[in-house]
Amino acid sequence: MEAFSAIVAQVDPADAKNTAAAASAGYAYGLAAIGPGIGIGYLVGKSVEAMARQPEAAGMVRTTMFLGIAFTEALALIGFVVFILLKFA
Amino acid sequence: MFGLEFPPINEILRWKDIFPTFNKIGLIAVIAALAGILLFLLASRADAKKAPTGARNLAETTVEFIEEGIVMQTLGKSGLGWTPFLLSLFIFIFLCNIPEVIPVFQMPATARIAIPLSLALLVWVVFIGTGLKHQGLDYFKHLLWPPGVPTALKPLVGGIEFVSTIFVTPFSLTVRLMANMLAGHILLVTFALLTESLILAETKQAFLVPMGILPFGMLMFLTAFEILVAFLQAYIFTILAAVYINNSTVGHGDEH
Repeated sequence: MEAFSAIVAQVDPADAKNTAAAASAGYAYGLAAIGPGIGIGYLVGKSVEAMARQPEAAGMVRTTMFLGIAFTEALALIGFVVFILLKFA
Repeated sequence: MFGLEFPPINEILRWKDIFPTFNKIGLIAVIAALAGILLFLLASRADAKKAPTGARNLAETTVEFIEEGIVMQTLGKSGLGWTPFLLSLFIFIFLCNIPEVIPVFQMPATARIAIPLSLALLVWVVFIGTGLKHQGLDYFKHLLWPPGVPTALKPLVGGIEFVSTIFVTPFSLTVRLMANMLAGHILLVTFALLTESLILAETKQAFLVPMGILPFGMLMFLTAFEILVAFLQAYIFTILAAVYINNSTVGHGDEH
C-alpha cells in the first residue's frame, strides 16, 4: 500500500491529464466511427443492389447515395472533431 | 509515442503571418479565387465557333458537369439559373482543397474553419433568401410544419424542424468540409513523419530503414486518395447547397 501511494505521488498531474485526454480521445473517435460505418456500409450495399437491378437508374441512385453518405458521415466527422479537441485543446 | 515525436497541432496548421492578419491560408484562398477567375476569363476569350481546346475545354467540361451532375439532378430544368452560383462555389472549394497534395503548399485552405464557415453561411443566407422570395412569409410556416402534421405534434415537430434547418444545416456543412480536409491533412502528415523518422536519423537501427518503404507506399496511396476526397467534398458541398435551395423553392413537399 505504501509502495502504491509512493507511485501515485510521483505522477505529475499534467501527465495524468494528458494520458486521460489521449485515451478518451481514442475512445471518442472509435465509438463515433461504429454507427456511421454500419450506416454507410448498409447504404452503399443497397445502392449497388439498386444499380444492379436497374442500371438505367444508376445516375439518380448514385446522386442520392452521395447525399446519404454525406449525412451519415457527418456523425463520424463530429467524432473526429471531438478527438482533436480532446487531444490537442 | 513509439519514439515518434508528433508535432503540436499548431505547428501543422499554422504559419507565421506573411504580414499582419494574412497568412498562408489566406494566400492559398486568394490564389484559388484568382485561378478560378483566370481560367474562366481565358475560356471566354476563345472562339466559341471552333472546337474547344485548352482552358475552354476544361471550363466547358466543368460547366457541363455542374449542369448535368448537380443542377439537373436536384433542381431540375427550372433551376438552371443557379448554375453560375453553384459553379463558382464548386470551383472555389475544389481549388481550396487541392493544395493539400500540391508540393510547396501542402495545406488545404478549407482545413481551417474560416473558409468553410463563411461558405456555409453564404449558402444559408441564399437558401433562406430564396425561400422568402418564392413563398413570402409562408416560407417560415412551411419550414416549421410539413403539411398534414396533427395539431398536437406541432410544437414538437416545429422545434425539431426549426433547429435542424436554421442551426444544424450550416453547422454540418461547415464541419463536414473542414473535418474531412483536416483529417486528410493529419493523415498525410502522420505518414510523412513516419517515413522520415524510419529512413532518416531518429531510429538509429539499421534494420528499420528498409521498413520505411511501407509508410511511404501508404503515403503515395493516401495522396491519390486525397485528390479524390478533394473533388468529392467540393461535389458534396455543392450538391447539398443545391438540395437546400430546392427545398426552399418548392416548400415542404407540397408540390413534389
